[in-house]
Amino acid sequence: MYVICAGGGKVGANVARSLMRLGHELTLIEQRRDQFERLEDEFEHQVQRGDATELFVLERAGITRPPDIVLALTGDDEDNMVICQLAKEKYAVPKVIARVNDPRNQSHFDLMGISPTICATSSIMALVEHEVPEHDLIHLLELRKENLEIVEVQIDKDSPVTGKRVEDLSLPEGARLISVMRDGQAEIAVGSTTLEAGDQVLAILEPGKEDELRRVLLRR
Amino acid sequence: MKALIIGCGRVGASIALQLQQEDWDVTVVDENEDALTRLGDHWPGTFLVGHGMDVDLLRSAGIEETDAVVVATDGDNTNIVIGQVAQKRFGIDCVVVRMLDPARADFYAARGIRTVCPTKTAIDTLGEAVRACGIVPSAKASA
Repeated sequence: MYVICAGGGKVGANVARSLMRLGHELTLIEQRRDQFERLEDEFEHQVQRGDATELFVLERAGITRPPDIVLALTGDDEDNMVICQLAKEKYAVPKVIARVNDPRNQSHFDLMGISPTICATSSIMALVEHEVPEHDLIHLLELRKENLEIVEVQIDKDSPVTGKRVEDLSLPEGARLISVMRDGQAEIAVGSTTLEAGDQVLAILEPGKEDELRRVLLRR
Repeated sequence: MKALIIGCGRVGASIALQLQQEDWDVTVVDENEDALTRLGDHWPGTFLVGHGMDVDLLRSAGIEETDAVVVATDGDNTNIVIGQVAQKRFGIDCVVVRMLDPARADFYAARGIRTVCPTKTAIDTLGEAVRACGIVPSAKASA
């Protein structure tokens, strides 16, 4: 496939290198002169110098073909948003992926319908949540397009659902249990699955239903 | 009427002062505290230090009760993002965004955002000024 990668810093250059190794055709765009010169030794004609939010720079990189995917991986969130909007709406690029540098800007990406996005800070925080046991409800995955998320809940001995069957729970509307992990074994949660203390339960739900789910499963 | 000006450079500050004179209730936001000096010694409006991408700051600047928003920081992409946030997230009808790049200004104008491109105005004005000198190009003159 053909890929345009905007931003040739650590993230962009490594992604570009990996895609090229997989045999994909790619153009990398980097604005800073010193960084561009470093990249030129390695990427030769596959790196171009310019501001990837400028239409003529994108066009020079072949955006009118259009590419199968545009990656907006610069260190500037506003630039990444504009690159994605131009790619999708002006040049009909079928897929874009954007890097979010500041997690506080996530809502702006969402507002503009830019998806999927990837944010290192948010990913690290999700891992911290996963590793730190005092969090009783852990966000594992956000499915932005579907407006759903997958969370993990640890059932403890004080939980009101211990010993109950899944089909007897009054789960909030818009929430379902996916699986139950017990003694290192995961099983799909069905109506007859009985919950026990120590179970790690995966649930899928609409964002905003976390508190209701927590109340049902943990009475908190 | 309330106006919110994001970016207090030469352009933002001048618009803020103009609207203030026309009896608007004006709030100005800039990242740099020193920008306040552009508003003169007795700025009667509100001035907040912060980034226009910060939704909490926009709220404390009263964006929810604002009638008009002018976005004029020194970054085109920052401006167009803030402009879209003001228009789509906060539902402000009168949002005016400064964009120096004519190509991007056209693209976003076609998508329903009021962009103002000083570069385009400069190009037109300069071209007209040259033509006003009345010099006829030599190729045409000999034809």
